[in-house]
Amino acid sequence: MSNVKLETEICGVKFKNPVIAASGTFGFGKEFGDFIDLNLLGGISVKGITVEKRDGNPPPRIAETPSGILNSVGLQNPGLDKFIKKEIPFLNNFDTKTIVNISGNLIEDYCIIAEKLSSEKIDMLELNVSCPNVKKGCLQFGNSANGIYDIVSKVKKYCKQPLIVKLTPNVTDIKEIALSAQEAGADAISLINTLLGMAIDINTKKPILKNNFGGLSGPAIKPIALRMTYEVANSVNIPVIGMGGIVSGDDAIEFLLAGASAVMVGTYNFVTPTACIDVLHEIESYLENKGYNSIHDIIGKLELNYEKGGCEI
Amino acid sequence: MARKFTGYVIDNEILAKDIFRLKIESDSLTQIANVGQFVNIKCSNGLEHLLRRPISLMDVDKENGTFDLGFQVKGEGTKFLSEKKKGDSLDIIGPSGNYFDLNSDYKKVAIIGGGIGVFPLYYLLKNLKSCKKDVFLGFRQKQYVIMEDEFKMFSDDLYIGTDDGSYGYKGFIINYFKMMLEKNRYDIIYACGPTLMLKGISNLAKDFNINCQISLEQRMGCGIGACLVCACKIKMGKQWEYKHVCKDGPVFWSDEVIFDE
Repeated sequence: MSNVKLETEICGVKFKNPVIAASGTFGFGKEFGDFIDLNLLGGISVKGITVEKRDGNPPPRIAETPSGILNSVGLQNPGLDKFIKKEIPFLNNFDTKTIVNISGNLIEDYCIIAEKLSSEKIDMLELNVSCPNVKKGCLQFGNSANGIYDIVSKVKKYCKQPLIVKLTPNVTDIKEIALSAQEAGADAISLINTLLGMAIDINTKKPILKNNFGGLSGPAIKPIALRMTYEVANSVNIPVIGMGGIVSGDDAIEFLLAGASAVMVGTYNFVTPTACIDVLHEIESYLENKGYNSIHDIIGKLELNYEKGGCEI
Repeated sequence: MARKFTGYVIDNEILAKDIFRLKIESDSLTQIANVGQFVNIKCSNGLEHLLRRPISLMDVDKENGTFDLGFQVKGEGTKFLSEKKKGDSLDIIGPSGNYFDLNSDYKKVAIIGGGIGVFPLYYLLKNLKSCKKDVFLGFRQKQYVIMEDEFKMFSDDLYIGTDDGSYGYKGFIINYFKMMLEKNRYDIIYACGPTLMLKGISNLAKDFNINCQISLEQRMGCGIGACLVCACKIKMGKQWEYKHVCKDGPVFWSDEVIFDE
């Protein structure tokens, strides 16, 4: 057994380690239980939940692009009541933190979910204001400082559990958005959601995704995710959870150095169902090999070449 | 239940232009595999091509602990597979998905496949118990006709057609099948092939009031039922729902599937 301390705390919630399965890539955990021990995970952020059941978008919903994938699932989920009845009891069987990712068309929808979940045994809420695959809501709240202030300040009133706000990278200045979320009462920030993208089939002359556009994720977006994580972590004073293209312990370490208190592993769960655990073991080995005692020896410990970046946005 | 395992290539044979038969050794898969299931294979060493490629089982040899996959080179992933040689290892998840219904009450069975859709039907055919087995296979041209001898060995009657008439019946095999349906009564139809063909067969099954199972294809993400990308429209009473090919399928009863367009 390793002596390295992996515990990390995000606004009072103690995670046994910094590896969390990212929303939308891990279902409600069940499917991955066939491949890994869910008790080993720092946490699970579940598939985005809406008040009512959603069918999602017509297929094809996925396209492979260089070092990435485009998806357009469109928030298919069983709806809040079924989630509470069926999935929360399952998740409570495991010694891992449960984060519930919530979405809606209207701010009121988010409020309803936050209120209903306030009496449930879950650890945190993650406000999805960054899904690019639905016609209404979500991204429209998350892509402006005013929009995010409005929704976060209203939803926060209904939250009993700490509120993470998940940011979209499809903005000009993510620092401004993050600060606005903080000012409105966000307890933590997670970033980045997918980048809006497109892939075209040159034989049919049509987009591969039925929905035309989709969200790009995977290693292709890691440099962007890392830069944004660094920018946000150095702008706000609430904890930051970094994600975007993490496939290895080395990738996770980069996000931790950039200032993330924890990381989320997303797309790579599709490639390797053991991805989260592999990343965790690799983080552990890195810390051991470098002679660190704790994960906190590296969080935010990035040493810039110059105090200011070469081309500040 | 699907497992992640390393399979070792025993043989990789070219069946036709760009079409391969890959034989893989894995005792753990062969002991639990069922007819109609698939495996999801990692088809790159690096990170450029992330997604696994789902490929139906075309044969399983429990005694020798090997299984076969048939595939056509369509992109970088399948090209990677086509270059695998004896002794190479592959990162595989499987067996995945549900199975064909092999009810022994079916006394007269029709199997109809198009193109590389014939592969899972071969595994099915080999595992059918005693019954009359009529097989209908359609290909684009003579050069793409595959598995003829193998199908012949296990079927009672085999009918082959090509779209251009360069071999066997001329035209879509479904048209020939329709003529046969007018003369013969089948207890069940099993089908796999292009979506348009499956749609046509589903309509025939309805018109002739015959049970019919079809194996569907859709672009997949995780292949284990978590990412929800491989959606297909399935009737639920008077409504419908998006079910998922990887977990709820790939095999569905044709009268529950809604074909859009």
